[in-house]
Amino acid sequence: MKAIHVQAPGLFTTVQDLGREGFGPLGVSPSGAADPISLRLGNRLVGNPENAAALEMTLLGGTFLFSEGAIVALSGSDFGATLDQVPVDLWMSLEVRPGQTLRLGPTRAGARSYLCVQGGIAVKAFLSSASTHTLSGLGGFEGRALRKGDVLSIASVSQPYCRRTAAPHILSRLSPRKILRCTTGPQSEWFPEPSQQLFYGSTYRVAEESNRMGLRLEGPAIPVSSHGHMISEGVSLGAIQVPGGGSPIILFVEQQTTGGYPKIANVISADFSSVGQLRPRDEIRFERVTWEVARSLLQQQEELLASRELIQE
Amino acid sequence: MSATAHGTAQFRPASDNSLLIYFDQRISLDAHQQVAKLLRLLELQPVSGIVNLHPAYCSVLVKFDTLKFRHDEVETRLRPYLDRLDEVILPEPRHREIPVCYGGEYGPDLAEVCDTNRLSLQQAIDLHVSATYIVYFLGFVPGFAYLGGLPEALLTPRLAVPRRRVPPGSVGIAGQQSGVYPFSTPGGWRLIGRTPLAMFRPDRDAMNFLSIGDRVHFTPISPEQFTALENA
Repeated sequence: MKAIHVQAPGLFTTVQDLGREGFGPLGVSPSGAADPISLRLGNRLVGNPENAAALEMTLLGGTFLFSEGAIVALSGSDFGATLDQVPVDLWMSLEVRPGQTLRLGPTRAGARSYLCVQGGIAVKAFLSSASTHTLSGLGGFEGRALRKGDVLSIASVSQPYCRRTAAPHILSRLSPRKILRCTTGPQSEWFPEPSQQLFYGSTYRVAEESNRMGLRLEGPAIPVSSHGHMISEGVSLGAIQVPGGGSPIILFVEQQTTGGYPKIANVISADFSSVGQLRPRDEIRFERVTWEVARSLLQQQEELLASRELIQE
Repeated sequence: MSATAHGTAQFRPASDNSLLIYFDQRISLDAHQQVAKLLRLLELQPVSGIVNLHPAYCSVLVKFDTLKFRHDEVETRLRPYLDRLDEVILPEPRHREIPVCYGGEYGPDLAEVCDTNRLSLQQAIDLHVSATYIVYFLGFVPGFAYLGGLPEALLTPRLAVPRRRVPPGSVGIAGQQSGVYPFSTPGGWRLIGRTPLAMFRPDRDAMNFLSIGDRVHFTPISPEQFTALENA
């Protein structure tokens, strides 16, 4: 089996696929790629199914030696990748020869970069998914972020190298946004009109202590009316909960499945990948949309992803 | 319970791909049973396009495929399920014992719980051990069971500042609930003891030690017994 030797792990690099849906009754949240659009496209560039397991790097990429070579693609944010010191582009398939080293550095924009390999990263599935859930130490590679010296196996396939690129004019329409569109949350009415205006009218900064569980936001505190007594309930991906202190938190892919804070809004599905590209100190705003708009934006996004022109051979 | 009463279940959109079904606006055994029955029925007769369920005390979050359904279409498909909850027979509740080493380094907040409620250490332990708890649901993180039935005399507010890391196996209390932290996670509950039992074992078929509806008792053990069980 081909292998990837981790010479430097980067800041926080984990194995991810599109996550494990359906295990909420066990308290297990889906996990999966923080920017699923980039993972799906990266996999398609190397001829994989969209859901194949890849490496998700965060803010600072790693250094990887391919002892037997591989066909790879980088997607998501630009981490200044080089292959044996020669710069390589994102969004295209590359043939790595045996003994070559792929090195990624600090991000130039965005939070996450994906390294997809033809065949996918081979790990033991946990609840039908390769995704790492770091908080519980489950899934992925030993349930944790990669360390120096780790050796990952690449599932074997026998496809010849085929040069594929992603069409820039479509990619630009899928690129991450800093204005996140939201629908109402289940406790929106707990927040009186001035609180709503403050929330939708202010700029928020992503706090340092943000991770795959949730993004903490700094900015104007949102007053909650004391109108209800909250009983813990199921929480959705992208829910924007407001604890007593008034600083909003966006629940993300490794979210808890239930929670006891009121939710003022919920990021729409079409903008989940944008959340995955937010870095600490990034400034964001929220824009309210209707259910219909939320659905049609997701449909448009899926149509772009399904378009024949997107992946070019 | 009649079909009409179930008809009062309230649907509310939570996000563009999920909705909440509320059976009640307070914690009650009746609402809990309806949550458990709906989970059971959807497990036996799944609805295509419903991709996940997050149960809680008196509600279920239903996650669906937005490209297939609108909220009202999901409600239309689920209403007949609610009308049939009476037919659902829940398994007899299992009885589960959880050995706990109380106080000291195992339960760093036990002394404060005693101070708050004017109890001796032994009285607090006896109270926690005397109750029969019900697993209302599993949530938060894998294997975390929300246990209802904490004696009133132990009620203590949550920590003002949650701990960043709680040792796995920690037994906590918060409001009228008790629970066992399966992993080293952040946590704001008061820690009164620790169990050597694993609450979540991915290598077992039944990964969770506790299931929805289980009846739970805590048994006090000594630090020596804790070490022996931990190494068993």
